[in-house]
Amino acid sequence: MSLRNSPTPAATAPAAGVAPAPDRERRTRRKGGRVPGVVLALGLTSLFTDISSEAITAVLPLYLTAVLGLGPVAYGFVDGIYQGFASLVRVLGGWWSDRSGRPKLVAGLGYGISALSRVLLLPVVGIAALTGVVALDRLGKGLRTGPRDAMIAAASTPEQLGRNFGVHRALDTAGAMAGPLLAFGVLAVVPAGLAGYRAVFVLSIAAAVVGLAFLLLAVPSRVRGSAGLPPAQQPVRRWRWRDLGDRRIRSLMIAAALLGLLTVGDGFLYLVLADAGGIGLTWFPLLMVGTNAAYFALAVPVGRLADRVGRTRVLLGGHVLLVLAYAVAATTGGHLAGVIAVLLLLGCFYAATDGVISALASQCVPEGAKATGIASVQTAVGLSRFASSVCFGLLWQLTGRSVALLAVGLALAIAIPVAARLLRQLPSTPSGAEVAA
Amino acid sequence: MTRGRIAVLGAVVAVCFALVVVYVLQVRHAGSVSAAAAPTVSTVPMADVLAGPHLVFRNATLGADYGKLAAVTLGDPGGARAFGSTSCERVYATASAGVCVTASGGIAPTYAVASLGPDLAPTSSAPLAGLPSRARMSVDGRLVSTTTFITGHSYAASSFSTATVIRVGGRDLPNLETWTTYLPDGQRLVAANRNFWGVTFATDDDTFYATAASGTTTWLVRGSVKERTMRALRTDAECPSLSPDGRHVAYKKRLANPTPGVWRLASLDLTTGAETLLAETRNVDDQVEWLDDASLLYSLPRSGTEATTSDVWRVPSDGSGTPSVLVPYASSPAVVAAAASAARP
Repeated sequence: MSLRNSPTPAATAPAAGVAPAPDRERRTRRKGGRVPGVVLALGLTSLFTDISSEAITAVLPLYLTAVLGLGPVAYGFVDGIYQGFASLVRVLGGWWSDRSGRPKLVAGLGYGISALSRVLLLPVVGIAALTGVVALDRLGKGLRTGPRDAMIAAASTPEQLGRNFGVHRALDTAGAMAGPLLAFGVLAVVPAGLAGYRAVFVLSIAAAVVGLAFLLLAVPSRVRGSAGLPPAQQPVRRWRWRDLGDRRIRSLMIAAALLGLLTVGDGFLYLVLADAGGIGLTWFPLLMVGTNAAYFALAVPVGRLADRVGRTRVLLGGHVLLVLAYAVAATTGGHLAGVIAVLLLLGCFYAATDGVISALASQCVPEGAKATGIASVQTAVGLSRFASSVCFGLLWQLTGRSVALLAVGLALAIAIPVAARLLRQLPSTPSGAEVAA
Repeated sequence: MTRGRIAVLGAVVAVCFALVVVYVLQVRHAGSVSAAAAPTVSTVPMADVLAGPHLVFRNATLGADYGKLAAVTLGDPGGARAFGSTSCERVYATASAGVCVTASGGIAPTYAVASLGPDLAPTSSAPLAGLPSRARMSVDGRLVSTTTFITGHSYAASSFSTATVIRVGGRDLPNLETWTTYLPDGQRLVAANRNFWGVTFATDDDTFYATAASGTTTWLVRGSVKERTMRALRTDAECPSLSPDGRHVAYKKRLANPTPGVWRLASLDLTTGAETLLAETRNVDDQVEWLDDASLLYSLPRSGTEATTSDVWRVPSDGSGTPSVLVPYASSPAVVAAAASAARP
């Protein structure tokens, strides 16, 4: 699952990802060559896992309120757990993965725990039990994200990183879009109340099992390192806290947090559009679909672009598009054309940041600390975006929607050059000299 | 990836796919079988039930009729029920009209509010934003109110926002959040996070009661549709319901207990201001409905493995007696004392 619906990615970037790594046989396929099987397999794992989780997410509110009769406060409670839990365990998952040198094991455990939580939805009822199930699912998500991204990084040559993360995020997003469709398809075919929801849960379990199967069977236990070293040499490099003390990863985290602080949550942006009258509240849920569709279409091409012109540049460019999105929403959000433009810009922003930031993070840390490094940067983004949402809510109350949005946009426009300065120190070649150190 | 692994992977995918298809078809089949067998409830024609005083509700017997609009006669509430053609998440009805909040799937779920004719068949439908929560009508069916939860309005993930709309003759009035609300100290409620929900109408087609909230405080308010104003009467009272004689308001009383979402049912005498706690001691999260001037109805989910089923309970409004099940396998009750309502001014 991508980070985008929870707090997420951040910023970073080695400038000039352009130059192909000067070394070794990787050069043979300059534009990145074929997508590695591992990346496809991990992408399919995410696709099915997302079908599984989004199918549940789509019907859960209705299940909780209409079928179980829970009140809105109870629903808000479950929803809050759902949104906030994963960030906390993400770094832990990354650390464990690096420490043990077995990312597949940790990721498998994460996917497995989430799959198990779906099984528990069948017999479990009542608010406390459901909260536990949801927390379990998020625990799994937190655990698997770091090691999974580390495996993608490890399977990619440095000049493929952006493209490969793009492929993964596109497959992930495809699953997120298919999940709700399948869930409501099932509900339409089995209109018998509880039985229909149970059928959705069964669908979700099956999809989770398929996702897990792709991970266990199609992903090798030891992913060949990007340096093409024989697997035997990889475990030698053990994880050390010192690896995270590196100036580049710190700069990346600071820049990511800075940009994240000025990233208004999607929900708010959609509310601005609805408030401005560009779209009725009824169509509210479709806004997310629109953004996802744009993200899906752009993830791979923008990832490729990042490999070619530099990931820092694309990351910063994505934030420039975000400034544009704010400006459009604040000024022309009342028109349908404005709404469509905002969704496109937002999808493009995610394409330029979500996978790209993981690619950047993986460049900044040594081989043995990749999962922790990626997870740390993602957590920095997540926490700063959460803080951002709270602050933006206040700002909106105190001023007005357009003023608040323009103010944040202006601050972001000022922050982008600052972030660019911070990110100057990132490796200028995609490989980064220390990768195989 | 070895040939063997590809084969195993293919087999897992095929088996999972087959299992889902078989399960869905089997459940679908079982649903129609149980509906055909109709083991527990006998059905009667809708017109028979509507001819006398009756109760309209959301059916919760498992099977094909789950979620369907249904009705029973007040003379035999546990007996044979009549089923409507529409599925409703929330339903309300009067002698002359009804309202049914429907949900339908898609890439994102959509909700609509359907207007029902005197025969409880849908006559028109309008889209509705957010998760359906409450639905109420005035006695003559002219005023309709729905409350939905819009999670996109949340500032932090654990809060929610409501959208409560009153319709007059099918036309939407502006969201209650835009109306003028006076707090007990005479100040106007202007907090941006104000929310309103759970409307109940008086027979004059103007006065209504509702819940107003800001932050962690909730107020019982009395409003006027014509003036677009509301005035707070007291705090910690949610989801009011006005008695048929207009002299009492029953509501969920928020206890001093800081645990969110724990309520006791209470009834307020509007003339004396005396509040009575009802005999129901369980936590009820429903907008109560008056069966008559002396007793109240509300739905309560069962415990344990039956939590997906709810029943409609009855309790005296004066604090005496003990709660009892009036209609099993039902929720969202609406009392239509047909003869009485026709005679009412």
